[in-house]
Amino acid sequence: MSSTRAVPAPFSRDEAGGLVGSTNTTVERGAGPLAVGTKAPDFELPSTPDQKVPLAAFRGRPTILVFYPEDWSPVCSDQLALYQELLPEFQRHDAELLAISVDGIWCHLAFARDRNLHFPLLSDFEPKGEVARRYGVYREGEGTSERALFVLDGEGVVRWSYVSPVGINPGADGILRALEGLDARDDS
Amino acid sequence: MSSTQWTPELTLPVSVDRDHIQGRADAPVTLLEYGDYECPYCGAAYPIVKEVQSRMGDRLLFVFRNFPITTSHPHAEHAAEAAEAAGSQGKFWDMHDLLYENQKRLDDADLHAYAEQLRLDVRSFDGDLAGHVHAERVREDFMSGVRSGVNGTPTFYINGSRHDGGYQLESLLTALQHTAT
Repeated sequence: MSSTRAVPAPFSRDEAGGLVGSTNTTVERGAGPLAVGTKAPDFELPSTPDQKVPLAAFRGRPTILVFYPEDWSPVCSDQLALYQELLPEFQRHDAELLAISVDGIWCHLAFARDRNLHFPLLSDFEPKGEVARRYGVYREGEGTSERALFVLDGEGVVRWSYVSPVGINPGADGILRALEGLDARDDS
Repeated sequence: MSSTQWTPELTLPVSVDRDHIQGRADAPVTLLEYGDYECPYCGAAYPIVKEVQSRMGDRLLFVFRNFPITTSHPHAEHAAEAAEAAGSQGKFWDMHDLLYENQKRLDDADLHAYAEQLRLDVRSFDGDLAGHVHAERVREDFMSGVRSGVNGTPTFYINGSRHDGGYQLESLLTALQHTAT
């Protein structure tokens, strides 16, 4: 795997106190995750066998997109359990959380039931990884997505992103700080 | 394992007044654990921490904060509140140890039995649990962990920096001794 990656600080502030995302991430095998300030590509992915969730439905509110490699893997389970625990915190910022992996919808349903997860797990299954590709976080060799986080503002613009090493759970601190940054911007 | 260049730091500093501590407050190394009483990985870490404490002696201050992940562990929140309730009667660590030594028996009747076993004022203990008197403290611990980059349990901090090197005896001891010198 000839990929070199500079893992940036997940979040920092510029001198004016604005959000600075991980735009300096370098990934040789692709363009890297969508840069901060980019309009997030729209998508519509299934959350159940007969329901599709369009990203556009969440316009007007911050949206947290959580790309994760696979259902059932130990790190994913910890990460998503932590987000489930933090849903009330995210809701305080009026933010919606959507988790996305390339797993099929029945796999997602079984996983969500087993792990007690009550937010949408979207299935980026066909064409496989298409949404992950459009966000610059698809792992060609592995056929899964990166472990990547995006926080979008109410206009659907990327305001923060972070690509974690696949084996490391990125936690939630960066997400909360990004949401607070959006709140501060709205207040000013 | 630690391939991130971002080293999360403890955002709520250790306080001898607020925190549950074991060891000397002026010890050169502080090991802080964010843990969940029902988490099997924390259960696995429990005897390792004991061993580390016995080997490091006075050179180590150990601190425990609650990080119950109730999504995965339905008894973890009550167990954490039980430890805090015992703490309000001066027996935090006795309850902490009992809970980790009985991880599969953490329902409310079990917690009550542990309070009796520790000769706590059981009425006060039961009242604390029923009224969720310590829930706020547990949540404060939890959120302080989230803001410090806790990403699962157990997560350890050594002198305020997150330790990503695993919690096998050797790796933990090596990291602590490295910090101590």
